[in-house]
Amino acid sequence: MIATDSRLGWRDGLRVASVGMRARRLRATLSALGIAIGTAAIVAVLGLSSSSQAGLIAEINQLGTNLLTVEAGQSFTGGQAKLPLQAPARITHLDHVEELAHTGLVKEAKVYRSALVPPASTGGLSVRATSLNLTAVLGVGLARGSWLNAGTAREPVAVLGAVAAQRLGIDRIRPDQRIWLGHQWFDVAGILEASPLETDIDSSALVGYPAAQQYLGYLSLVHGAKESGPPSSIYVRTATGHEAAVQSLLAATANPEAPNEVNVSQPSDVLTARAAAAGAFDSLFLGLGLVALVVGAVGVANIMIISVLERRSEIGLRRALGATKGQIRTQFLAESILLALVGGVVGVLAGAAATAGYAESKGWAILIPVEAWSGGIAAALLIGALAGLMPAVRASRMPPTVALRTV
Amino acid sequence: MSGTWALELDGVTKVYGEQPPVHALRGVSFAVRRGELVAIVGPSGSGKSTLLHVMGTLELPSEGVVRIGGVDASGLSDRELSRLRARQIGFVFQQFFLAEHASVRENVADGLLYAGVPAVERYRRADEALERVGLSHRASFRPTQLSGGERQRVAIARAVVGTPAIVLADEPTGNLDSTTGASIMELLHELHANGATILMITHDAGLADQLPRQIRVLDGQVVSDTACDRGDVA
Repeated sequence: MIATDSRLGWRDGLRVASVGMRARRLRATLSALGIAIGTAAIVAVLGLSSSSQAGLIAEINQLGTNLLTVEAGQSFTGGQAKLPLQAPARITHLDHVEELAHTGLVKEAKVYRSALVPPASTGGLSVRATSLNLTAVLGVGLARGSWLNAGTAREPVAVLGAVAAQRLGIDRIRPDQRIWLGHQWFDVAGILEASPLETDIDSSALVGYPAAQQYLGYLSLVHGAKESGPPSSIYVRTATGHEAAVQSLLAATANPEAPNEVNVSQPSDVLTARAAAAGAFDSLFLGLGLVALVVGAVGVANIMIISVLERRSEIGLRRALGATKGQIRTQFLAESILLALVGGVVGVLAGAAATAGYAESKGWAILIPVEAWSGGIAAALLIGALAGLMPAVRASRMPPTVALRTV
Repeated sequence: MSGTWALELDGVTKVYGEQPPVHALRGVSFAVRRGELVAIVGPSGSGKSTLLHVMGTLELPSEGVVRIGGVDASGLSDRELSRLRARQIGFVFQQFFLAEHASVRENVADGLLYAGVPAVERYRRADEALERVGLSHRASFRPTQLSGGERQRVAIARAVVGTPAIVLADEPTGNLDSTTGASIMELLHELHANGATILMITHDAGLADQLPRQIRVLDGQVVSDTACDRGDVA
């Protein structure tokens, strides 16, 4: 009989779906707010962790990923192995090795602020003999004072790592600044900045190899002659792109007799992996965001149920005007989805703004993962659909005669 | 048949509940020709509202046949009934039921929202309908800015905008003072004069007497029909 299709176009559908929101703006705003807060929390948590991670990785890249570390591992019998005295010289001859520095851990020596500090209170600090090019190879700057030179390397003079200086309570360099190191006074020449690639340096007092030999007894006997050393850590800068090739040769080159007693690592790799793990997200805030979303969903469901009851006469009128049950159901479902979607979009924008603001203040690149914002919007859509389903079905099942009955 | 009759009821019975069953309508039969202006009059509880719902296909009868514009409503699906209401029936309610956030023009155009008419055409016909009820100058107003009589005119415009086979008006003057009510009655007469088929439900015998034909109902039954008295209906 009547052939023409009476489905609503998308524009009419959208207009009908937004009737409730337009008629009661404050209520719509408040119920969308719950969704917005939840989405904002989730987007901000994911955005901030990604941005901080990106910041950390950028920092690591700036320090250079071409640094390799060679360290003495464990001997076959389980004891602490030693690197051969000649290891640095041998490694220097490898292709693609650009620079090399090394330090030797002086286990017997401890460092204190003064002679009066009990020997057990080492503060977790260690003493290392160092080659003079250490700061250049590691890319560590000086915070205060000066680095060792050929002269001070022979004298009882130390340079402190950032953490060591802090623990010893030294924040500036004075001419008479001294520390009690290996049972004698050492002058402090300088304080280093933090060394992200090699944190052992941070908690060390560094002295020259000649000084270590003379004042701390750190030496090796080679054919009866005393030589300073051996090194315990060797830092190798390779030509960029040849890290893997050099890395594969380092153990055998450092200690040809026992390559398995040598540990070779790439600190930037370790840091990057650690950054990735640490950047994974703050599960507490993510959990709070999810709770806010659930509460928001309950809010939307609640509002929709009230709305269906309040708008009985509208439902009745629409039925009288020729709306099918399906059209009434679609109207209320779409309204709920629209409400949640508005909340979701506002939440994503707020979360992105929070991330941008914080990342900006920290000097990080702003990074909001696609999964964060798309997931936020998808979650809002899903919540809207779930929250609106029951009220929409109720509205569609309401007999028009009941809907039109005036209270 | 469909050429002559806008509405036909044949032995319509409506029973609610089971213990005990309430007989809201008991074998109601009458027919309304195209272009007629008819009053259905009866006291409250006489079954007027049920009759309105059954005639408007908002409810299906327990027994009997309802035909709108020649189409038998029984056995139609929800979708088909909705389509029938969208195109063949216009409703006017005592409480107007206008959307307050929408303009007068939008309210009237929404009378065609579910009839599959494109938006441009809906608004064109809304403007025409507003002209017929004398409210063209209020097209952009909100219903809240209008008087009660004007609101009912908007509701009437919405009912006639799709030129339905029949307009069902439920106590259209019930919420209005007597002067405004009289102007609404005048409007119904005008629309009737221009060919609309209108069926008005009222409890007010005085109001019913102003219309050319009165069907009186009591206890769910037709007790008198002036058309039958005159011998108009076979």
